[in-house]
Amino acid sequence: MTAADTTAPAPAKALPALPWAKHLVATGVLAVVLIPLPMLLDPAAEAVAIRVLIFAVMSISWNIMSGFGGLFSFGHAAYFGIGAYATAWLQVERGVSPWIGMGVGMVLAAVFALVLGFLALRYRLKGAYFALVTLAFAEMLRLWATNSDLVNRAVGYHVPLQVEESWVWMQFAPDSAKYFYIAMGLMLVALVVSILFARSRAGQFAVATRDDDEAAAALGIPVMRYKLATMMVSAALMATAGTMFLQYYLFIDPDLAFGSAQSIQAILPAVIGGVATIWGPVIGAVVLGPLTDVTATLLRNPPAFLDFLAGRGGLDVVLYGILLIVIILVLPKGIYGALRERWTRR
Amino acid sequence: MTQAPVTEDAGARVPTATARWARAPWLRIGVVIGVIALAILLAYVRSGSTVVVTQAVVTGILIGGVYGLIAMGLTLIFGVLDIVNFAHGAFLAAALFLSYYLVAGLGMHPYLALLVVLPSMFLLGAVVQKVVLAKAMGAPLENQLLITLGISLIIENSLLLFFGANPRSVNFPGDRGVNILGAVADLSRVLAFGGAIVLAGLLFLLLQRTSLGTAIRAVAANDTGAQMVGIDTRRIYMITFAIGTACAGAAGVLVAPLVTIEPVTGALFNIVAFVVVVLGGMGNVVGALLAGLVVGLAEQLGALLLPGQSPLLTVFIVFVLVLLLRPQGLFGRSA
Repeated sequence: MTAADTTAPAPAKALPALPWAKHLVATGVLAVVLIPLPMLLDPAAEAVAIRVLIFAVMSISWNIMSGFGGLFSFGHAAYFGIGAYATAWLQVERGVSPWIGMGVGMVLAAVFALVLGFLALRYRLKGAYFALVTLAFAEMLRLWATNSDLVNRAVGYHVPLQVEESWVWMQFAPDSAKYFYIAMGLMLVALVVSILFARSRAGQFAVATRDDDEAAAALGIPVMRYKLATMMVSAALMATAGTMFLQYYLFIDPDLAFGSAQSIQAILPAVIGGVATIWGPVIGAVVLGPLTDVTATLLRNPPAFLDFLAGRGGLDVVLYGILLIVIILVLPKGIYGALRERWTRR
Repeated sequence: MTQAPVTEDAGARVPTATARWARAPWLRIGVVIGVIALAILLAYVRSGSTVVVTQAVVTGILIGGVYGLIAMGLTLIFGVLDIVNFAHGAFLAAALFLSYYLVAGLGMHPYLALLVVLPSMFLLGAVVQKVVLAKAMGAPLENQLLITLGISLIIENSLLLFFGANPRSVNFPGDRGVNILGAVADLSRVLAFGGAIVLAGLLFLLLQRTSLGTAIRAVAANDTGAQMVGIDTRRIYMITFAIGTACAGAAGVLVAPLVTIEPVTGALFNIVAFVVVVLGGMGNVVGALLAGLVVGLAEQLGALLLPGQSPLLTVFIVFVLVLLLRPQGLFGRSA
């Protein structure tokens, strides 16, 4: 068990050797395992895999701010949407490559997080109040985008289609493995950032301030500065998921970008996999991602007793909800957290 | 009760002003009324028409009463169970669908549906609390919040799954325009407001004048203490959650003729209800009703002040300002 992973302050004991290197090696192994995957998967399965990767990026990002940092965000859609809209706007209105759009989106999302965080922390909002203010900011962005000519109102943006595959425009044939590799790259970067963050001074301080911010402040940790840094890192990562989403699905509108569904998508994998763990969000994404397709397939050709549900949507989210409740009641530390506990006890 | 989040800090910064502010509820109400009057004046300057402004004020107050009723349930649950209930809007959506089927399917009068919906939602609330939430009492706030989020996902998407996404509407046969102070309002809106105020009054009487109400208030004030004097707190938790859910259910019946009925309709009311609850002071039932009126007015006047933007944007701006400047709410925190 690592220092960063413990929720309660550990009893005074020599700190265990920190297994950061182990996490990084595991990330490398994961990369090696993922690389041949597009050759093994059929196009439908590859689409699922890409969705899983985007989920994972979103949830790793949420986990940095809300898991390690303890700042419960209910409005991560704000950063996702900023990433997607910055990329779309630059591409459609100014003809700028989505790679640059991604960078701009990251910066804008981080600045937005800085402003939100400064206001919320300056006025010392905690717990439910903090969660509600993040929700309110995301909703304000959604309402503003829905009614603003600057970003095409409720219509949103379609990415202009390129004639040929192009790295510059991040656009390939619909079932191209390159989408997979870009999403994989983003996910691996997010993982490495998450690992490095958890081992960094900023990350350790974030955990310390989460567990007891008065004690941390008394020790001379500039609480505010480290919380803001945590939020900015998290926001920038979330923005990359927005760009990836836009480039893969080629479309964005205010509800897709800023709706609370995206915030929930960022929360669920981390909670199901294990909050404040490095691997929890990834495991959660692998569990949740395919559910949508499994249920869609099931309801396209339903068995006799489910006949009345043919062609209906919503079953996947019902299952998300059930899974969420069961996990919180039965495995409050998530799948990975529970497994890890079992290993370390031996 | 919950840990008071910010009050002390604010007090430490500006001791005298805050102390005076806390001591004088009438001053606060005066400030709120002053701000509203200013907003009305600005709306008049902006639109240049008394009729438009009167219409906005009347519409705002009418819908505000309903917001108040919804928020009373939510704030009661917060005050007693200490749960930020993200499923409140989903319960309202369930009540909307139930009243739709009672009216369209069984030909019931839209307001008589209350007789079925109210007990059904009370029961649903009790079951949900007993089966799911009771298992997580005392868990960290985030976990309880996530559980209610899970409940809302299940309810909303079950509605989507079983009834589809087609928008529906409840037809109120006797609906017509009613003249109020020169403004015209649908009879259904007036009835929704009247119904909400009556139900809010009944809830207030229940809390203040019955032994059950006393027990609920005792648990809200101090649950360990309440347990020591022999109150079955677990039963009170269940009943309170059920009452809160019934409030959402009643509001669902009252707004059914006014709104498009879809599985996502509840989510909008949920967000507005949070705004109202924070404005009124989390746990403050009377504050919730007053704040409901404030939010209703903010929404309608905001549409005049920021033309072209969604009326909800003003509501959120007010919300963020109150959260930052006075998170204990305009009317203080008490159950």
